[in-house]
Amino acid sequence: MNTTLNQPTVISSANEPQWLLDRRTSGSQNYSNLPVPAAKDENWRFASVLSQDIHAFKPAPMPNDDAIQHALSHSTLVEDPIAEFIFVDDHLVQSKPLSKELVDKGVCFVSIDEAIQKHSDLLEPHFLKESTRLGSQKYFGLHASAVKAGALLYVPKGVEIDKPIAVYHWSNQDKGLICPHTLIIAEAQTKVSLIDVLASTTEENQGCNISVSNIEAHPSANVYRKVIQNFNSSTLSFQLDSATADRDTQLENIAINLGAAKARYENQIKINGSGAHVTMYSLSVAEGTQEFDQRTLQTHNAPNSVSDLLYKNALFDTSRTIFSGLIQVEEGAQQTDAYQTNRNLLLDQRADANALPGLEILANDVKCSHGATTGNIDNDELFYMLSRGIPHRVAMQLIVLGFFEEIIEKLGSDSLAENIRKLLEQKFASKIKP
Amino acid sequence: MSESIINEQEEAIKVDYEKGNFSFPEDYTYDAGTGLSEETVAYISKVKNEDEWIKEFRLKALEIFNKKPMPTHWASKDLENIIFENIRYYLSKGQKPSRTWDEVPDDVKETFERLGIPEQERKFLAGVEAQFDSEAAYSRMKEDLEKEGVIFVGSSEGLEKYPEIFRPYFGKVIPSADNKFSALNSAVFSGGSFIYVPKGVKLKQPLQAYFRINAENFGQFERTLIIADEGAEITYMEGCTAPKFETATLHSAVVELVALKNAKIQYITVQNWSNNVFNLVTKRAHAEENAEVKWIDCNIGSRLTMKYPGVVLKGRKARGEVLSIALANDGQHQDTGAKMIHLADETTSNIISKSISIGKGRSTYRGQVHMPKHLKNCKNNTECDALLINTNSRTDTYPAITTRGEGNTVQHEASVSKVSAEQIFYMMQRGLSEGEAMSLAVNGFVNDLLKAFPMEYSVELKRLIDMEMEGSVG
Repeated sequence: MNTTLNQPTVISSANEPQWLLDRRTSGSQNYSNLPVPAAKDENWRFASVLSQDIHAFKPAPMPNDDAIQHALSHSTLVEDPIAEFIFVDDHLVQSKPLSKELVDKGVCFVSIDEAIQKHSDLLEPHFLKESTRLGSQKYFGLHASAVKAGALLYVPKGVEIDKPIAVYHWSNQDKGLICPHTLIIAEAQTKVSLIDVLASTTEENQGCNISVSNIEAHPSANVYRKVIQNFNSSTLSFQLDSATADRDTQLENIAINLGAAKARYENQIKINGSGAHVTMYSLSVAEGTQEFDQRTLQTHNAPNSVSDLLYKNALFDTSRTIFSGLIQVEEGAQQTDAYQTNRNLLLDQRADANALPGLEILANDVKCSHGATTGNIDNDELFYMLSRGIPHRVAMQLIVLGFFEEIIEKLGSDSLAENIRKLLEQKFASKIKP
Repeated sequence: MSESIINEQEEAIKVDYEKGNFSFPEDYTYDAGTGLSEETVAYISKVKNEDEWIKEFRLKALEIFNKKPMPTHWASKDLENIIFENIRYYLSKGQKPSRTWDEVPDDVKETFERLGIPEQERKFLAGVEAQFDSEAAYSRMKEDLEKEGVIFVGSSEGLEKYPEIFRPYFGKVIPSADNKFSALNSAVFSGGSFIYVPKGVKLKQPLQAYFRINAENFGQFERTLIIADEGAEITYMEGCTAPKFETATLHSAVVELVALKNAKIQYITVQNWSNNVFNLVTKRAHAEENAEVKWIDCNIGSRLTMKYPGVVLKGRKARGEVLSIALANDGQHQDTGAKMIHLADETTSNIISKSISIGKGRSTYRGQVHMPKHLKNCKNNTECDALLINTNSRTDTYPAITTRGEGNTVQHEASVSKVSAEQIFYMMQRGLSEGEAMSLAVNGFVNDLLKAFPMEYSVELKRLIDMEMEGSVG
C-alpha cells in the first residue's frame, strides 16, 4: 500500500461509461478535499466529533459461507416480497427476480452493478448526479467513488406493483465499508413499494455504512419506501436519502433506526409539482451510548402541495439524538401545507435530546408549522396503569410502544408492523427495569 | 387603495417619525476620528479619565475583536457590508452629565424636544436619562429615589464612583469574548446606564432612557448594567430613534442584567432605528434563586437587527421570559430571538415571539434552550408565530433545543400564517378600507403581546405598526 490512503482508488469495472467515471472521479475528489465536518458547521451542530477514521474502512472481499448462510437465514423481516436482493458486504449473494409478467411489462429491478452494464441510459439522468445538501458531501463523495451494490428499480408508465420489493444489506467484515445504493424511478401513474433493510451479521464486527437512496417520482406516481437500520452497536452508519416528487405524486418515507454506534440520517425531499403529498416518518430507539443524528429538508418549489414530517425518538441510558429539520417554501409556492414535528421521549435522565426545527418561508399564503417537544413518561399515565394492576415494567413498555404505534401503523403491512414491534420489544426487554 | 384613503390614514395616524430625521451641525469637542486601533481605544480611555484597569479591559477586548471572525457561517451575509474603518468610535460634547435642566445646552434640548421627551413625562417617570451621542447629556433622579439608595448613572460615572458595586458584575454576564460585537463594545463603550437597586427596594415607576445616533458614520456603543439586589424590583425602558443618513451606521450595545435572590427585572426596548442602521446588540441576564427577568423587545426599525436576549437561570425556581415583536418591511431583516440557559432545578422559561413581514421584509427567529442533565423539573415553552403580508415576504425560524435530565419538559411550536381573506372581507363589508382592515388584523395578531407593554408604549407601537402597514396592500 502506498501513501495515497486519502485517495480511494476509483472502483471501476472494465466497461463503465464515461459519465459514470467522471462522477466517480469528482466524488473521490470531494471525499479527499472536503474537510472533516466540524461542530462549528451548522449542518453538524450538536453532533459529536467523529472518533473513527473513515479511511480505516475498506470494501470487503466476498464473505465466507457461514456469513452468507447467517445472512440468508435472517433475511426474514419482509414476508413474501415480490422480488428480493440480499447483499453481504456489497456482494450479491441471493436474488429473487421479478415475475416474468412484470418483466414483460418493462419493470426493471437489477443490481447497480448490472444496471451500470445494461441500463446506462436509465441511470445517467439520476445516478450519483446530485450530492446531499445536508452536510455529508464528503461521505457522499466516498460513496460515489466506491458504490457497486444496491438496486435500480424502474417502473414504466402505468404499472402498479402491489407487493413490496425487499433489499437486504448485511455488514460482515470487521473494518469493512459498505456503500448500498437504491435508485427508484417511478414513471407516471405507477405504484411501487421498496423496503431496504440494513443489518450486521455479527454483534462484533465494526463496519461502516454509507448508503444513498434516491427516489424520482413522476406525475401521479405512488412510491413507498421504508428503510430499517439495525446494525450492531459498533457500526458507523450514514444514510443519505433524497427524493424528488412531481405533480400529484404520493410519496411515503418511513425510516426505522435501531442500531449502530453512531447513525446519521439525512433525508431531503424536493416537491417540484403541485398536488404532491409527501410524508416522512421516522422512529428511533437509542440506548447505551448510541447517537442518532437526523437532518431533514423539505423543499417546496411548487404550489398546492403537502409535506408532513414526524420524527419520534425514545432515549435510554446516555444516548443522544439530534433532530435538525428545515422546511423551505420557495417564492410562488402558495397554498403549501408543510408540517414538521419532532417528539422525544427521555427515559433516562442522562439521555440527551437536541432539536433544531427550522422554517424558511418565502410565500405568504401557506400553512406551515413545526413543533418539537421533549419530555419524560407522564407519571399520571403510569399511575393509572399501576392502579389497575399492570406491573411497572409492562406499563412502561406499553407506554413506549404506544408512543411509537403512530409510526408503526403507517408501515401499511401487518406482517412488517408485527416484525418491527418484535424488534422493539426485544430492544426494550433488556432496557425497561422490572 | 385609493390615494385619498391613504392620505386620510396618514392624517389619522400621524406619528412623529420624520421628526427624528434631522441633525444639527457637528461640533464635537472630542472626536476619536474614524477607524479602530489601539490609539483610538487609548484616546477614548484618556478622554474619559478612566482607571488603568478599564483601559486594559478595553485593549484586551480590542485584541479579541480583531481575532474573532464575523459570524457569517450562520448569520446574514449583510454583516460583511459593515466597514469598520469608516466608523467613528467616539464623539462627545465633552460635558459632564448635567444635573439640572438649565445646564443642558440649547441644541441638545431642542433635540429632546423634537424627540418628544416632554416635561410632563419627565415628571411622571422616575428618572430620565437621555443620551446625546456618546455621553449622557442629561441625567436626573427624583429625590426620593436617591433617598432609597437607587443609583442611576452613566457607565463612566458608575465605574468611577461606585466601583465596589459595579466592578464585580461588569463584563461578567457578557464577557468580552462572547462574540465579535460584544468585544467591539467592550473596547469602545461609552454612555449607557448603570443602575443599582438596593435590597428590598421596589420601584413603582419605570426608569427610562432614550438613545440617539446623531453623527454620520458614527457607531453607538452604549453599555448598560442593571443590578437588582435581593428582593428589589425594577422596570427599565429603552427607546431608540435615529436620524436618517446616507451611509450605514452601526449600533452595538451590551446590556447586562443581574437579578439577585427574589429580585425582579423587566427590561423593555422599542427599537426604531432608521433602516440603514446595523443594530447588533448583546443582551443577557443572570437570574439567581427565585428571581424573575423579563425581556420585552420590540423591533421595528434598522436595516439588520441581530438581537437574542438571554437569561441564564442560575438559581432554583428562577424564571426567564422573552416577549418579542418584530416587524420587517422592505429592505429590513429582523433577526431576533431568545436564549434560555437553565442551570438550576425547577427553573422555568417562556418565549413568545411574533413577527410580521411586509413587502420584501425578512424576519427570523433564532432561539436556544438548554437544559443540562443534572437538572430536575425545568420547563420551557416557546411559541413563534409569523405573519406574512405580501407574496414575497419572508420568514425563517431556527430554534435549537437541548434537553436532558429528569422531569424536564420543553415544547416548541411555530406557525406561519397570513391574514385570511375572510377576515378582510368581513371588515370591508362593515365599511373599513382594505388598508384599515389589514392594520386592524395585524394589530390583533400582536395585541396580546402589546398589552405587556406600558400604556404609552403600546399606543405608540400601534401607531408605528399602522404606519409600517401603509401601502402594503391594495
